[in-house]
Amino acid sequence: MSKRIVIDPVTRIEGHAKISIFLDDAGNVSDAEFHVVEFRGFEKFCEGRPFSEMPGITQRICGICPVSHTLASAKAGDALMAVNIPPAADKLRRLMNLGQMVQSHALSFFHLSAPDFLLGWDTPPAQRNVFGIIAANKELARAGIRLRQFGQEIIEILGDRKIHPSWAVPGGVRSPLTVEGRERIRLWLPEAFATTDVALDLFKKTLETHQREVQIFGNFPSLFLGLVAEDGTWEHHGGKLRFTDSSGSIIADQVDPQKYFEVIGESVQTSSYLKSPYYLPLGFPAGIYRVGPLARLNVCKRMGVPKADAELKSFKKLGRGAVTSSFLYHYARLIEILASLEYIERYMDDPEILSDYLRADAGINNLRGVGVSEAPRGTLFHDYTVDRNGLLQKVNLIVATGQNNLAMNQTVAQIARHYVRGNEIPEPLLNRVEHGIRCYDPCLSCSTHAVGQMPLQVRLIGADGSILNEVTRG
Amino acid sequence: MAAKTLSIDGKPITAEEGATVLQAAQEAGIKIPTLCHLDGIYDVGACRLCLVEVAGVPKLLPACTTKVAEGMEVKTTSERLRKYRRMTLELLFAERNHVCSSCVANGHCELQTLGYSLGMDHVRYDYLFPKWAVDTTHRLFGMDHNRCILCTRCVRVCWHIEGAGTKNVSGRGTKSHIITDLNQPWGESDSCTQCGKCVQACPTGALFHKGSTVGEMERDRGKLEFIVTAREKQQWIAAD
Ligand code: SF4
Ligand code: SF4
Ligand code: FES
Repeated sequence: MSKRIVIDPVTRIEGHAKISIFLDDAGNVSDAEFHVVEFRGFEKFCEGRPFSEMPGITQRICGICPVSHTLASAKAGDALMAVNIPPAADKLRRLMNLGQMVQSHALSFFHLSAPDFLLGWDTPPAQRNVFGIIAANKELARAGIRLRQFGQEIIEILGDRKIHPSWAVPGGVRSPLTVEGRERIRLWLPEAFATTDVALDLFKKTLETHQREVQIFGNFPSLFLGLVAEDGTWEHHGGKLRFTDSSGSIIADQVDPQKYFEVIGESVQTSSYLKSPYYLPLGFPAGIYRVGPLARLNVCKRMGVPKADAELKSFKKLGRGAVTSSFLYHYARLIEILASLEYIERYMDDPEILSDYLRADAGINNLRGVGVSEAPRGTLFHDYTVDRNGLLQKVNLIVATGQNNLAMNQTVAQIARHYVRGNEIPEPLLNRVEHGIRCYDPCLSCSTHAVGQMPLQVRLIGADGSILNEVTRG
Repeated sequence: MAAKTLSIDGKPITAEEGATVLQAAQEAGIKIPTLCHLDGIYDVGACRLCLVEVAGVPKLLPACTTKVAEGMEVKTTSERLRKYRRMTLELLFAERNHVCSSCVANGHCELQTLGYSLGMDHVRYDYLFPKWAVDTTHRLFGMDHNRCILCTRCVRVCWHIEGAGTKNVSGRGTKSHIITDLNQPWGESDSCTQCGKCVQACPTGALFHKGSTVGEMERDRGKLEFIVTAREKQQWIAAD
């Protein structure tokens, strides 16, 4: 028997997640597990419902990324109907997804992560938050908050949640972008670009003093998964699946998302509520892969827009082959914000963007349909099987946090290896484990606990299973 | 036809003989909550939301099926009525599975609107959580029994406006449900003319156009009135 340390963040809303750190007999960290409560019950709950309700139902899965779920769900609906949606509808869905990238990444960077590395790891938790940033650098904090608002505004302009709780629907979208809406978006762009530039400079300076973090915050070989266009350009809502390994070699390419199950297996661990997907040909757990900003930048050859492409070049230099440190998720996030802004800017001058031909109509033409979209946190799969009347028989959802689960475990283990000594549970460990998880921006309510810290409960369990030490925080 | 004089909420009112209390109140601009009543079709008094107090009658009476009488004194609001109406609503919600946030009628639902206006902030009864299916076998329409309140508006428009007689009520008590023809899937019904009047008539998200997404079912009740007016008065005027 070995010792076990349990870190238990008790969330306010969706139950709780906990971390176990396993020690071997010599007292060294051998492994770690980050347990997340997930929505297996949700998949059951949808059975029997008409597929057309799914974009509306699934966006209730999680209050943190409803946009991503509704987009993936609408795409799964397109697949069931076997339709090509009108081009303008595709562009508008993409525009919304880009808005979601901007708002979600801005929240992750400015509100949740920056306090740790800008204010210092061991700053008291009461100050190590967005208010601390406001106190230290009012301009930056304000700019970050406004960048997030910009992303949210795009979502609101398109989806007006009061009127259309589900705007993206099977076959297209429900309402067009208006001229006024477009002008509102256009007006924000210069400021959004400026903020992103500042953040990029800041992060690059941070990197100079944070080589230790780059080394120990989840720096390990793994595969990476993301959508790419046919020519290998960064994708976020279309394209096909690509896997690369840590040397940067492509190991599977242009996999049709409808056939994701030919390359992705799902392992259900009894110790965790989360399904752990893996790259099928390598088996479990050798097929561990990461998704999200870091993975997307690793799998793509170019961003497809000039400013972000220049940044991608410096990013790629940070790794031999692939960039393997999860601390660099932050950098990847900023580059994706930049790319999103450039793509948004392009759409502003696209004459088709105001079109009101937005919805294809059809009955059920496929009994199984998969919708894949890049959520800010990573590749999101909605897989629906229906009867011929369009009632759901089976629902399978693969979410980013599930796919990154194994990588998060490794990250926690790696950090713990540097900070766990004997039976002590030092404060620096808590702060850094918390940040190690934040690198992945997991979609847990605890991770968006913007004010203050993640509530943590740490337990040190001895070889015989008894609790040797316990720390509760938050 | 003889006119009757009565008072509703203290207001003196003249109404035609044979008119219902609900009609008289509507003409006088007094609002009484209703659910199973639909302009253009006959009333059955199924939902009990329109209950009113009539002086000298110990029972509460449904305004939609009670005829006006000379000297009648009607009260449409009171603590007692509010209590009963709320209770009725809560029972309707408890009886089936209403998840407004993902319902096709969200924002355009008469049941939901009444819930808001009668201040129903929670349900005091245990939900029955029955297992009802969704019938999407029809080419154009769908029926979700989970959201049906058995108001029978669909049955009445089907029989008395369209004349098809496809829809019916089957079963008793909590097992009552709307059926098509001889309890077969809607898509296999021989009598359904696919006119969609039932879909227009339904006050909730139970009947919908196939493919409708959340909050997308808005009904055009004017269409039904238009048909009835045209048939009965030979006047083809759009209701506004
Ligand atoms: S039918 Fe009305 S009350 Fe019932 S779930 Fe739908 S919106 Fe809510
Ligand atoms: S289906 Fe609609 S109209 Fe018919 S009884 Fe049920 S609630 Fe009333
Ligand atoms: S409206 Fe009178 S009983 Fe339903």
